[in-house]
Amino acid sequence: AGFAFAPQGFLRSSVSHSFLSFGSITGACQAIQKLTRVRVVDNSTLGNTPYHRPPKCIHVYNKTGVGKVGDKILLAIKGEKKKALIVGHKMPGPTMTPRFDSNNVVLIEDNGNPVGTRIKTPIPYTLRRREGEFSKVLAIARNFV
Amino acid sequence: RVSSDGKPPKFQPPPKPVIIDRKTQKEERRFLSPEFIPPRGRTDPLKYYIERKDMIQRRKVFNIPKFYVGSVLAVTTADPYASDKSKRFVGICIQRGGKGLGATFVLRNVIEDQGVEICYELYSPRIQAIEVLKLEKRLDENLVYLRDALPEYSTFDVNMKPVPPTDHEEIPVNKLQVRMKPKPWSKRWERPKYNIKGIKFELPEHKMKAAQKWSQPWMEFDMLREYNISKIEEKIRKELNEELEK
Repeated sequence: AGFAFAPQGFLRSSVSHSFLSFGSITGACQAIQKLTRVRVVDNSTLGNTPYHRPPKCIHVYNKTGVGKVGDKILLAIKGEKKKALIVGHKMPGPTMTPRFDSNNVVLIEDNGNPVGTRIKTPIPYTLRRREGEFSKVLAIARNFV
Repeated sequence: RVSSDGKPPKFQPPPKPVIIDRKTQKEERRFLSPEFIPPRGRTDPLKYYIERKDMIQRRKVFNIPKFYVGSVLAVTTADPYASDKSKRFVGICIQRGGKGLGATFVLRNVIEDQGVEICYELYSPRIQAIEVLKLEKRLDENLVYLRDALPEYSTFDVNMKPVPPTDHEEIPVNKLQVRMKPKPWSKRWERPKYNIKGIKFELPEHKMKAAQKWSQPWMEFDMLREYNISKIEEKIRKELNEELEK
């Protein structure tokens, strides 16, 4: 396969390369929008099995098409559509909030239940504000930042 | 002693003791935080004077230690959503930005193979404690290139013990040359505009030479860009010393 999906740690280097090869993509903002490649952070099989194409966002459930931490998006993974929750992005947010080096996402069902059982990567504390919606995701998270 | 001519030897007064007043010397060279120095512009200095008064007020209540870009800090902030209402983050200071009350510093750390950066405001009332775990300087004022460096250079143990400073006068300069991930990087750090000395460039010679094409050697001689801070610094230092003694 031409585009080898390298292990998650090197996703960043592969991301910037391929964007240039696409030609022009409107996207002055760096948060998550349609066609952004994301990194699935939980330990679900769907997120961790290697595939020749990285998981991409195809829709953001938001009035604006830009997804920030705590927004739900639709991902295309391994030829299937799956909903996901954004837990961190590369775009700097308000001060005192963490900025991650990769766009992190947790796979989620339609009713809000997470697909995986553990999240090793740190999750921002700001997600705790919506404890009602994301209680199950927060329960499987290990580290908070 | 053998006296000459039988008379007592000529009285030689003892040498005057040389008093080196270390306190005043120290105060003159005391560290002045970069956010006190007003930016170059045509704003009324009264605005900066009022801001400095507020900054001094905050410093009287809360101790903001001296630190440089490259020192490892631990910051405890108040957060309603954290357990025990407060959260602690340890990281290396990559950059210090902003002037006056909006001064910020960015801490970077790699937790569980994920690089995290948090931008804190120095004078924010949400900050409960700032602890300097390791006070040191690096070869550059801006360490943003650590994002493109190998993650081992940005990992710091969260339960790191504070390293006591060895010398009270000089701050150790860490002459570490950092190794980078393979290109592409977020910025072309080899270009002379960034003037980075802390990277060990393993690029081929022709690429380094090609990067020098973008050098602008006339910039250092541009007199309109000059900003001499020495007098402003002295004034601000005097002001600070007076206010903090009150």
